[in-house]
Amino acid sequence: MALLFKSVHLIDPAAGRNGEFDVLVEDGRIARVDKNLPADGARVVELPRSFVMTPGLIDIHVHLREPGQEHKETVATGTAAAVAGGFTAVACMPNTEPVNDCAAVTELILKRAADANLARVYPIGAVSMGSKGEALTEIGDLRASGCVAISDDGRPVKTALLMRRALEYASMFKMPVIDHCEDPSLKGDGVAHEGATSGLLGLRGIPGAAESVMVERDITLAELTGGHVHIAHMSARQSLRAVRDGKARGVKVTSEVTPHHFVLADEALATGDYDTNFKMNPPLRETSDRAAMIDGLRDGTIDVIATDHAPHHADEKALEFDHAPFGIVGLETALPLCIDRLVHAGVISLARLVELLAPNAARVIGVEGGTLAEGAPADITILAPDAEVVVDAASFRSKSRNTPFDGWKLTGGVAATLVGGRVVHVNDAILGRRDL
Amino acid sequence: MTTATTLRSRHLLGITELDPEEIDLILQTALAMKEVGTRPIKKVPTLRGRTVFNLFFEPSTRTRMSFELAEKRLSADTLGMTTAGSSVVKGETLADTARTIEAMSPDVIVMRHASSGAPHQIAKICRASVINAGDGMHEHPTQALLDALTMIERKGRLKGLRVAIVGDLVHSRVLRSNVLLLTRMGAEVCACGPATLLPPGIESLGVRVTTSLDDAIDGADVVMMLRVQHERMHGLFLPSVREYFALFGLTAARLERAAKDVIVMHPGPMNRGVEIASEVADGPWSVILDQVANGVAVRMAVLYLLAGTDGGHE
Ligand SMILES: [Zn+2]
Repeated sequence: MALLFKSVHLIDPAAGRNGEFDVLVEDGRIARVDKNLPADGARVVELPRSFVMTPGLIDIHVHLREPGQEHKETVATGTAAAVAGGFTAVACMPNTEPVNDCAAVTELILKRAADANLARVYPIGAVSMGSKGEALTEIGDLRASGCVAISDDGRPVKTALLMRRALEYASMFKMPVIDHCEDPSLKGDGVAHEGATSGLLGLRGIPGAAESVMVERDITLAELTGGHVHIAHMSARQSLRAVRDGKARGVKVTSEVTPHHFVLADEALATGDYDTNFKMNPPLRETSDRAAMIDGLRDGTIDVIATDHAPHHADEKALEFDHAPFGIVGLETALPLCIDRLVHAGVISLARLVELLAPNAARVIGVEGGTLAEGAPADITILAPDAEVVVDAASFRSKSRNTPFDGWKLTGGVAATLVGGRVVHVNDAILGRRDL
Repeated sequence: MTTATTLRSRHLLGITELDPEEIDLILQTALAMKEVGTRPIKKVPTLRGRTVFNLFFEPSTRTRMSFELAEKRLSADTLGMTTAGSSVVKGETLADTARTIEAMSPDVIVMRHASSGAPHQIAKICRASVINAGDGMHEHPTQALLDALTMIERKGRLKGLRVAIVGDLVHSRVLRSNVLLLTRMGAEVCACGPATLLPPGIESLGVRVTTSLDDAIDGADVVMMLRVQHERMHGLFLPSVREYFALFGLTAARLERAAKDVIVMHPGPMNRGVEIASEVADGPWSVILDQVANGVAVRMAVLYLLAGTDGGHE
């Protein structure tokens, strides 16, 4: 049945729209966007005036953990968390067990995604077999079976030669290499950003340079090969500078930042209770790094906000800080953090935020979506930018609760999520018992 | 200085949480406790009926013996466990370990652990008072307190005292606790070590940092030498023992730059010929054995203040 959203505040940067429109959804696609559309038998939906309709948000960096680590997350629970967080699509990293380095694993993930039938899932294939950094995967076959990018996320590509070949080879399929930049020797057995806070807490440090030396290397290699390198979860100010310089030279480099890296700094650890929910990789860096990420969001050096959603079981996090795994969940906290800390804080406009989360994300991984232009899939996120939200980890749809934001009061929420014209999530607390 | 009569916290996790009045209280109490050690019967009933667990997740001989002796002199019931490695090696979470111990209702847990912050994590879960007996590269509060007691005995004060701390700074919990205590009590601290072993951000604690031993020792009232672990040699931190001793080893000749009545300290165990020459370790400047004796008194004081029947936290 067709749906007609009447006089809704639509923000669709790719289509150049930011204002009140009627939006007609038919057969899973956007049929018409205009003023004063007739209902013509479509069910008419009117939303509160403070709500905003945006193209479905896309998170290009999540860990769904399936196959192999289903105690942390599954494709079903991960995509439930995604739609609850306002994401209509996610791209999932290949560091599963086994690693997504062949069509069989990709197909399994896509099968599970089809069964769950919530968010769209775009698998990311491995750069190297087993992500061991030795031999290239069959990237053509991965592409044919549905992978949208390649990455050895979590295991930095150690040799410059392998990165060179990956960039060259992937460029045949117009796929980006998503780059987890971290020099393993400089990281050593570090567990926190190397700085005054780690010094005071006696935690082994990871300097910002551990990231930026590889960012510099790989931008140089993208320049050499003409390939597209996408810098994942950028955290250090030196990396931002390298990306800015690379873009100015015309290198095909794009970058992303996570909400925790522009909201938190390593000072958050200084409370001294060694909460392992503040342990992530890359680590929370200094306030100057955090400020640099905000500059990058503003000036366009950063293309995308992605969560690096990294679920871990509570038992795995209940260890010494040295031994707990890196990572936090992010799908269900991203939007409130972004709206509160970027839009209400006056850093960027809501339209720019949408750009970072939808069209830019779609462009980096080369998928459909990111716009609500006529003919586009009806993947829709309805935001309630003024809703008061309290983060409640216990009510997450994700299987895991490893977040440092539990209990935070934020302004900005997700009212509803539609994928292919179908309502897949409604936040009753925000929307009330309104029919969608 | 106003006088404190109790400690605010139920735990002693680090010097970080202590204010100058509390540090003073512990040191004054320790001086009183020293007297017990001079009696023919070296035992008082202060902790009778109290249970103290000594949990050493990292082997240690001297700190554990010192705590046990302190506990016995206070008549506590004590129980000890030493296991190498973290909970993860045993396949048990730190929280499980804490809950298991909690079920046996100890009054005090003395804990040594190779991971920074492990006692803090345990303290969040357990009702018992937790005493940090050294956590990773973080803090070793009773060591800093016994060092301070030794300085006060020998120099009569901490305020204005010029203290040089030399050695592997980045991996040292002794350094961190000493810097926090000494700067809080008004001493002038100079930290000295090779550039590969300097902790990031140490200057923010108000210490002067140098890589020249002569510069550090110049006019010092106290020179504290830190142990350099063998695994730091022959690697990416330091090229050799020979070069380390040449650059950072304390010899009688180098001590001539210090104040006339300088004292030399070392938390032990010493590496003779690595960070300190035997002529210095055994020489007139050395107060290393005083430190050992004061360790027992300081630990008695801390146990008494945290768990004593009068004045302790119930
Ligand atoms: Zn990564």
